[in-house]
Order: sequence, then C-alpha cells, then structure tokens
Amino acid sequence: METKRFEQLQETVYYQQLQNGLDVYVLPKEAFNKTFATFTTKYGAIDNHFKLFGKDEWLKVPDGVAHFLEHKMFEQPDGVDVFQTFSTQGAMANAFTSFTATSYLFSSTANVDENLTTLVDFVQEPAFTDENVEKEKGIIGQEIRMYDDNPDWRLYFGLIENMYQNHPVKIDIAGTVESISDITKEHLYECYKTFYHPSNMVLFIVGPVDPKATIELVERNQEGREFTNQQTIDRQYPEEPKTVVHKERSLAMSVQTSKCLVGYKERSVHRQGMAMLRHELSVQLLLELLFGKGTATYQGLTDEGLIDDSFSHDYTEEYEFAFSSFGGNTDDPDRLALRLREIVEEAKSRKIDEQALERVRKKQIGSFLKALNSPEFIATQFTRYRFNQMDLFSVLPTLEELTLTELEDVLNEHFDDDCFTQFKVVAK
Amino acid sequence: MALVNEEIVELVGYRLHSVKTNKFKTITMALQFCAPLEERTVTKRALLARLLKSSTKKSPTFQQLQHRLDDLFGTSLSTQVQKKGHYHIFSAQINTINGKFLRDSSSLLKKSLYLLAETVLEPNVTGQGMFDEAIFQREKRALKQRLLAVYDDKMRYANERLIDEMCAEEPFALHTNGTIEALEALTSADVYDYYLEMLKTNCIDLYVVGDVERDVIQRELEGLLHFEQNTCRLIKKTQSVDKTILEPKYVQESQDIEQGKLNIGYRTHVVVGDPLYPAAQVFNGLFGGFSHSKLFMNVREKASLAYYAVSQNEIFKGLMLVMSGIESANYVQALDIIHKQFKAIQAGEFTDQEINQTKALLSNATLEAIDSPLSLIDLFYRQVLSNDVLVLDHWLDDLEHVSGEDIIKVAQQTQLDTVYFLHGKE
Repeated sequence: METKRFEQLQETVYYQQLQNGLDVYVLPKEAFNKTFATFTTKYGAIDNHFKLFGKDEWLKVPDGVAHFLEHKMFEQPDGVDVFQTFSTQGAMANAFTSFTATSYLFSSTANVDENLTTLVDFVQEPAFTDENVEKEKGIIGQEIRMYDDNPDWRLYFGLIENMYQNHPVKIDIAGTVESISDITKEHLYECYKTFYHPSNMVLFIVGPVDPKATIELVERNQEGREFTNQQTIDRQYPEEPKTVVHKERSLAMSVQTSKCLVGYKERSVHRQGMAMLRHELSVQLLLELLFGKGTATYQGLTDEGLIDDSFSHDYTEEYEFAFSSFGGNTDDPDRLALRLREIVEEAKSRKIDEQALERVRKKQIGSFLKALNSPEFIATQFTRYRFNQMDLFSVLPTLEELTLTELEDVLNEHFDDDCFTQFKVVAK
Repeated sequence: MALVNEEIVELVGYRLHSVKTNKFKTITMALQFCAPLEERTVTKRALLARLLKSSTKKSPTFQQLQHRLDDLFGTSLSTQVQKKGHYHIFSAQINTINGKFLRDSSSLLKKSLYLLAETVLEPNVTGQGMFDEAIFQREKRALKQRLLAVYDDKMRYANERLIDEMCAEEPFALHTNGTIEALEALTSADVYDYYLEMLKTNCIDLYVVGDVERDVIQRELEGLLHFEQNTCRLIKKTQSVDKTILEPKYVQESQDIEQGKLNIGYRTHVVVGDPLYPAAQVFNGLFGGFSHSKLFMNVREKASLAYYAVSQNEIFKGLMLVMSGIESANYVQALDIIHKQFKAIQAGEFTDQEINQTKALLSNATLEAIDSPLSLIDLFYRQVLSNDVLVLDHWLDDLEHVSGEDIIKVAQQTQLDTVYFLHGKE
C-alpha cells in the first residue's frame, strides 16, 4: 500500500494496485458520517468503435450503448434489483455515464463493508437478458425525452454539434430513441467484456474508513474472481477537422427566455498528465479573467441587459477533445454572441493585468479548497484526473505556479476565431 | 450522544447558533430572516434579496464588491428566499475558507463576518431612503428574467402549476420569487421601506459552521451585528396550513413539448413537529421517496412508463407531491398505477423489509446531511421553524419507533387533492 500525504490540505491518500490491475484508492475522512465510493470504468459515450476483447476485428456499436449498459448493470443474476440490496443496507446507490467514463457509486453511513462488497460485486456480475434489455428501452426512451425538453441541455449539445463534424463527442450520451431500439444484450456483453476489466477501472473510497482494512477487503473480494489478463484496449476515433462545422445555428423551443451559448473548439488535443493539467487550469483562469463576476465585462454586459446570473463559463478537456463554452439566458442572443466574441478579440490585443490575475488565482484556489468539502467531488474528480494521468492534489501548487506568459500563450491559441461558434435557443 | 455540537446564545435581536466541527475546509455562515409568507411582501422580499447581495454602501458597484470577495480567496456571498410552509425565509450566506489551509490567510473569518453584517446592515442606499436607481432597475430586470425562466424548466413549471391549482386561495400558492405584476409596480422607496420593516419584525437566526470557537465568533459579532426589534421575535406554532378536501381536482394543460409531466398533490395533514411526522416521512419513503419505493418499482421498473416517478413531502405544509415524466398517451395507465400503489399502502400492503429499508435510508439521509455545511444548517433551522418541537437528537429514535399501524394511519388520512398533467400538443 502506498501513502501520499498532502500537508497543506491535511489529507492523505492510500493506494494499491491489485493483482488483476484494479487501482484502489482510499481517502479517510474521520469526522464524516458518510462513506462515498465510486467504481469507474474508463469507458464512456465516445468509445463506440473498438476491437472486441480477444478478437482482431473492429466493432462499431449503436449510439447510447455505454449509457444503456450502465442502466442494465443494476440487474443481478438472481433477478434481485441491486437497489433493493443497497436500501436494505442503508445505502443510496446511483450511476452516471459521461463522454469518457461510466461510474457506479453508493453513499452510506452504516454497513460500509457490505455496501462496498455489493458495489464491486454487482458491477462484476452482469446479467443481461433479451427481456430485461427490451424493458429498459421504455425507461431510457423517457430519459431521452426528458432531456429533449430541457433547453439548457439542448443548448449545450447544440454547441458541441456545431463544433464537431465526425467525433462521437457530438452524439448525445443516451443516444436517440431510434438508436437504442437497435441495442441487444449481445452489444452489452461485447462492451462489458472489452471495457469492464479491472485493469481499466478505478475504485475510490472517501469516508470514515480504515484504509488498510478497506483495501484488504477489496483485495480478498478480487482474489475470489477470475479475470484473464487484459491486453490494451484498441479504440478508434474518426479524423476530426481543427475548425468548427457550423459557425452558428439556433433551435426554437417552448421557452419564454432566449438562451445563447458560445465557445471555442480547442485545436490541439491529446494532452495528458502535467501538460493537460496546466492547460486546463490556464483556460479556466482565462475564462475567469475574461468573464468572471469580478470583471468589468461582466458588469458591463449586466448593465447592458444582455446577461443575468444564469451566465456561466466552463472548460472541458479530455484526451480526445476539448472546448470552452460560455453564455446563459438573454433577451438578445445575437447581440450577446457578438459582444462575447468582441471581448475575446479585444483581450487578445492587450496584456493581461497582473493584479487581476492574482485576484483570479486566489479565487480559484479558494474554489478548489471549498470543493474538497465534498466527498463526491473528491472521488469523481480524482478518478477523472487519474484517467488522464493527472493528480487532483496537484491543482493547488499548479495554480500557484502558472505564469502570465503561459496564460498569454494559451489565450492566443485556444481562443482562435476560426474555432468560435455560437448556438441559440429561441422561443417558438 | 448529540449528533452535532450546536451551541445557541441569545445576542442583540437574534440568536447565534454555532456548530464547531473540524470536518470542513470552510467556515459557513447563514443569517436567516423568517417572516410570514404574504402577498404584500413576497415580491419585495425576493427583490430585496437580490439588491442586498449586489452592492453595499462601501462597495457601491457589483464589481467592487466582487473584488473584495475574490481577494478573500473566492469567499462567496449569496442571498436567497425560500418557502417553508407559510413562512418566507430570507437567507444571506457567506462561505469562506478556513484560514488554517492557507499560507496568507490574515483574518478571513473576521472579514467574512464583517461582509455578512455589511450586506444586511449597510445597503447601497441614497440619502433619500432609496436604493441606487441604476442598480435597482438592473436587479428588477434580472428578477423578471428569473420569473419568466420558470416556464422554460418544464419540471419546475409543472410543479408550480400543481401548487397554484391545489393551494389557490392559500398563502402557499404564492411563488417564492413573487410575481411579475407586483414586481413591475415596485419602486425603490417601497423596497427600502420594506427593508426597514424586515429588520424590525423578522425572527433572526445566525448559523456559523466550521472549525471555530463560539466565543471567538461572539467576540467578533459584538458591536458588529445587532438588530432593534420592536415585536416579539419568537416563531409561534400558530400556523394553520391545513385544508380538507371534498373532491379531487383534475387539471390539464398543453404545450409544444416532447414529454408529458404528471404531477399529483396529496394532503397528508401532517407537518414537522406533529406526532405522526416520522410516520409521514416513512409513508412517503415507501410510496415514492427512494429506488426501492412503490412508484419506482411499479411505474418505472415493471411498466417501463417513466424514467423518474418520485414523491416528496412538503414537510411544513403537509403535502405529498408526486412527479413523473411520461409519454402523453400513457396518462391513464400511469395514473392508474399510481392510484393503485397509494391504495396498497392504505391497505397495509407493505412488508417489514420495505419499512426497514425506508427507515435505514431516512436515517442515512439525516446523517449525510450533517456532512455538508448548508444541509446541516437547513436541518437545524427546521428545529427553529417547528418551534423546537422537532429535536434532531430524538429524530432517529422517533423514526425507529414508527410502526406499520402509524404508516397506515397517515396513509388513510392522506387525501388526493389535485392531478395536474402538462402534455404535448396532439
């Protein structure tokens, strides 16, 4: 077992890689009541073209399979819904699928060992049948319909579709009602076999637990299971142009307030480790410098009546794709898009203000520390960072280190006008 | 053993509740103002909440105030209004980093408490007793936008429409943020007059949660925060929130949407602090509170009609509200299944296993809430709002003692009030 102490944060992480390749992390939080654990595979909605485990041919699966598989994991071989087991043990269980990962989780204030065992067991015991796959189509169909009526979701995906021509990041995570109708239990088993090997997964536990005993519990559990040695997983993604597909599109929905979201598609991807961490934090600092609540811009746009407190900014970076997005509710989406683009261009033409940078740096350091109150944040983010060869606990020292010159370079590279796009939701 | 170490002291015009714990990286403060939920004041209060957080006398622009917060390592200042039964709670909150995690952290606590006091006591007003006009107009516009945006969030919209229909003529039908009509008519002077009234008449409680001693906080507060009250501040348990139903109401509305929203309101006639309150919580849990509940198992898992089919209690109003998203064509079938589940609980058709699962998850939810500063404050403030009838330390015990008969009793006295269905156009 390895131990890593972060003195300034007063946190310690315990880590062990098991024989079968599973990475287990424990972060003890003695004063907490609850234990929160995530069991995550590095397999998400974008992984739809891959070499089947142990085979040599490429396989392409219908849109929405990763998410469908997430739903169906909750079926157990004995027919008992695993939610029932968790409830009996006083735990809340859930799962989510992102572009790049699928995560199963529970939180509980009692029976932690039993719940942890249940978590690992149910994810390692698939029980897909033709019947239970068919039954799920109605449920997921309604999940898709729910998102169809959600203007913020449509806005976000509208922007991503503007950016990407071929890359599967543009496909809605749940797929469509049509695409999921093609999904069979064979698809689920194929994806399961390929991506749910322990060596492609991370188990993270935060809470009032004994790290040594907890890791041993998982180790004993895994020793009882047979896994053939996993080879590396071959995944394929299509060629993607550097620039955006559509500069501008809009969608009419049943809303009273219009919405506008703009963003930049990052030209150069395939970063990982420290390079990715520095880049991600740089763009986040820049967005805060450009559009944070403390900027003259924010105040100006508010005074012009173009934004309200729904305005937000975000940066997403993964190995295969990266983009910034910012916007919100507005009376005049066209004018807002125009102003946002102008503001970025204007910022590129002058020096970054040092005092403003120090202020924003402090703000980001504070936000990170605040987030560490949350076991959910720690477990899910640590895992995401780990999948990208980064370390969550390097965020603080890296934020302190980033230089003005580095930020100016990123400002000019990321916010490339050729990679700008805008999407609007307007009243029907 | 007490779950949490809450110390309460009476200060000038308010009570300080301090909760010392070393589990957070932050110190969180919430100043809660409680007043009756009334048509006359609801919109003013919502607008006031926005005005107070947008600037102060010392930092007269939003940017200046924000710079101070950013310099304090991103200390956050927020205000909000909430409905709790027939009370309207105005809350000003500050969340700051505990200085022990920072290298240069000089007096973050002191400055944060100062900012909190400044937010509520030194608003950005002119000599004529009015808020700065430009800021007033800006916040008015922002609140209007917010009120309009409810329509765009169909789940929220359907829930609000259900309450409109079911609680028409009752204060609970008032929207937390008021109405556009009332907002348009407000002047800066109206809101300032109301601000003075709020300071004098509301029941005020301050919560401070984090690794800090009560006497340290108390020392900082001396001379910093006090209120001149001219009425008795105690929340009295005189709220009458109940209503008897003669006939259920059915309402339908159509919009250009993909998924129908089926929202159903019941009256349990049980509120926080009532002897049957723990049983009402178990009843809701069995019915639709969790993923082992009847609604989840039957509407979703068995019939595949919905992705979500849940119920929740409005614990200060004695309501149980069901929310579900379904194909519009499946309205009759979904409603029928929901009715059947409700009748099943009334008839005692549930197992000890289901009761135990529900109790385990309710107790889990309480213990988990204590692990987040804001949910901890919310939980403890319930104690104040129930006039100290609900005591958290007894709650887990009370929950444990709920019997099958208690659950049936609540289920049988619970009445269907309104079925609201928002569906797509044909």
